[in-house]
Amino acid sequence: MLYFSKLRVFSVLIFTLIISYFTISNFTKVDDEFFTKNIKLGLDLQGGSYLLLEIDNEPVITQRLQSKVLEFKKFFKDKDIKVRNFVIENKSIIFDVENSKIEEVKSLLDDDKSEINPYFQQYKSHQFNIENMDTSFKLEFSDYGLVLLKNSSLDQAIEIVRRRVDEVGTNEPNILKRGNDRILVELPGLDDPGRIKSLLGKTANLTFQFISSSSEESFGTEKLSFEDGSSEAIVSKRIVLSGDNLMDAKPTMNNQTNETVVSFSLDRVGAKKFGKATSNGVGKRLAIVLDGKIISAPEVREPIIGGNGQISGNFTFQSATDLALLLRSGALPAPLNIIEERTVGPDLGKDSINAGIMSLIIGFILVVAFMFYKYRFFGLIANLALISNLFLLVGILTLFEATLTLPGIAGIILTVGMAVDANVLIFERIKEELKNENNSIVAFDSGYTKSRTTILDANITTLIAAVILFFMGSGPIKGFSITLGVGILTTLFSVYFIARLITAYYVIKNKHKEKLI
Amino acid sequence: MKTIYFNKFYKSFNILSGILIITSLIFLVFKGLNFGVDFKGGTLIELRTDTSSANITKIRDSFNQMNLGDVSVKNFGNETDFVVKFEKQNSNDPQFIEEIKTKLSNSIGTVDFRRVENVGPKVSAELLRSGVIAIALSLAAMLLYIWIRFEWQFSLGAILALFHDVIITLGVFSVFSLEINLSIVAAVLTIVGYSMNDTVVIFDRVRENLRKYADVKIFELTNISINETLSRTIITSVTTLLALLSIFIFGGEILKGFSLAMILGVIFGTYSSIYIANPVLVSLKVSQRTIVKEEKE
Repeated sequence: MLYFSKLRVFSVLIFTLIISYFTISNFTKVDDEFFTKNIKLGLDLQGGSYLLLEIDNEPVITQRLQSKVLEFKKFFKDKDIKVRNFVIENKSIIFDVENSKIEEVKSLLDDDKSEINPYFQQYKSHQFNIENMDTSFKLEFSDYGLVLLKNSSLDQAIEIVRRRVDEVGTNEPNILKRGNDRILVELPGLDDPGRIKSLLGKTANLTFQFISSSSEESFGTEKLSFEDGSSEAIVSKRIVLSGDNLMDAKPTMNNQTNETVVSFSLDRVGAKKFGKATSNGVGKRLAIVLDGKIISAPEVREPIIGGNGQISGNFTFQSATDLALLLRSGALPAPLNIIEERTVGPDLGKDSINAGIMSLIIGFILVVAFMFYKYRFFGLIANLALISNLFLLVGILTLFEATLTLPGIAGIILTVGMAVDANVLIFERIKEELKNENNSIVAFDSGYTKSRTTILDANITTLIAAVILFFMGSGPIKGFSITLGVGILTTLFSVYFIARLITAYYVIKNKHKEKLI
Repeated sequence: MKTIYFNKFYKSFNILSGILIITSLIFLVFKGLNFGVDFKGGTLIELRTDTSSANITKIRDSFNQMNLGDVSVKNFGNETDFVVKFEKQNSNDPQFIEEIKTKLSNSIGTVDFRRVENVGPKVSAELLRSGVIAIALSLAAMLLYIWIRFEWQFSLGAILALFHDVIITLGVFSVFSLEINLSIVAAVLTIVGYSMNDTVVIFDRVRENLRKYADVKIFELTNISINETLSRTIITSVTTLLALLSIFIFGGEILKGFSLAMILGVIFGTYSSIYIANPVLVSLKVSQRTIVKEEKE
């Protein structure tokens, strides 16, 4: 165990130096292409906001079912089958079929090729589960259909979330999918997530609908309240124009009224629709509805043909900016709920870094002093291994651009405390061997050999705990498991390559000396 | 080095451990654990006040007026820092935190919110579940590992020692109503790893000695093995404790609970490797035959 080939010494040295360089590169500003990697600080250390959003898919499901009902109605009409009593209840469609056609409907619904089963060709799975009782049919999204629906709304939502966050302009936001209905948003450096939260909390469904004078409108009417809660109005259900046709929106000042407004421009289709509707509706009031609330309902004085318009509504400059931003980035497919939020202010982050480094330095000094006191020269070897261990650990974390969290720093300190264990096991074993063995080279060699399985056992158990934590833990805790796990690997390297190398040189040179350790 | 007769006290320390475990279990069942917002849901605000005149009572009073459910206020580190926890969790209202801040500023002066954690009921239930699964998984993984590496008598000893450490550490948290949060789960897992580590070192030596000495009774043999590995046990415990104490004292308030759990775990882990794991081998009458038989198979 004490023999090292020249090549091995060389590669250990090179490896250690390269990894250590990465460690140092964290603290210096070297301007080279290759070594610009830096350890990333977790949100708990640099400050920032962590938001976990969950999509409320219920409206999407209802919407999807509603459009499916229309599809069914048309489909069966074309086939000359009378179906009636369509109801949407508990996320399922219920309808009745005349007695003679039950079997036919059944086979139509089961038919993989029919247009009722649009996904079957692609995914070999039905979109709906079908239940049949007498004349009544009940259609419910199958698990697969639901997953597909959730995935598509998640994909849309994440895109919109990204646009909104980008528009606000925080530095290096991190937006990730979590499961099939959650979005994780990490915003480093942001200590007041209020604005982002209010931007993400809005679906931003914009519609233009006429205020109805009579309640017997062909499309039906609905009662909506004004944004400020002051009053309500009866609005036609017919949607003149929706936010989909919006090309741009920005806050501007209306020169006549001296009021902040949001001016928008429409795409060609939208401009045409808007022009037609406003031509027919001169004199009527057009309600601008955002997420079911009326922002304002100005009177149409003249047809608006150019495709440009303004939304007024007692805006401050900030709220006009936000509305414009929401309109530009588009509507979310479904509302988002914030189900977890963690925000750390920048000065707490700084305090945590300082406290972490302080305790690392003190813990390190205590351990190093204790090892020197216990083992003298061999304590120095163990300490040298410990120092290179630290450099390797931080270097590898840098190389992989791992995220360092406060528990992660605790993991490094813990590694300092536990890393000496391997060397202690070896040294104690060597001491025992020296009692019965005069040849110190043999004693050292068998000390290393005999302690090896124990050291492996001991480290594997800790590694198991670290791996499980890595897969089960979240955020800061993951940071802990990374430093703990990588720490074990660098510990084994530093003990078996660095400390053993130095020990070997020393023992071979001083083999005749009494009381080596 | 002088031999210490650890084995003389196997019985008395086993009784002590039994009492500690039963007490811990009683507390865990009847008093339960003080779960933080991670596992219970709700809101946590760490705030710093401008003046030292703001005290716990004042802050509690102003929070109580806001209808936030059960409010708890604690000093956090120094005199101007406090941690406030309450049941209500309302992150969908973007102004929720801002309003609390405004109201608070009106009643006690300028405050700085250093940390806000807001965990919904769904997430906290999931975090709790995954925490329990993580601990169960790690115990199972350790069991599997030691089962592969050693004979079943050893596995039983090591696992009993693990349960002993985890139960008593959680018991201490229950008795003193210390907060259980995500980092405590991490600490418990690390304790599991450390305790196992410590037990394995002694067991390796027991097994080695079993091969060496055919006619030494296991009662003696465990004592020899403990003594032979004692200086390593002490040195490693000391260095680990030094590192942990440094985190506990200098690492800031956030890591206090974590490092305390680890300190307790290291102490109990070291103790249990000697006084739980080894007596199990003795009472299972482990002998040279136990390992020779296994190796022949």
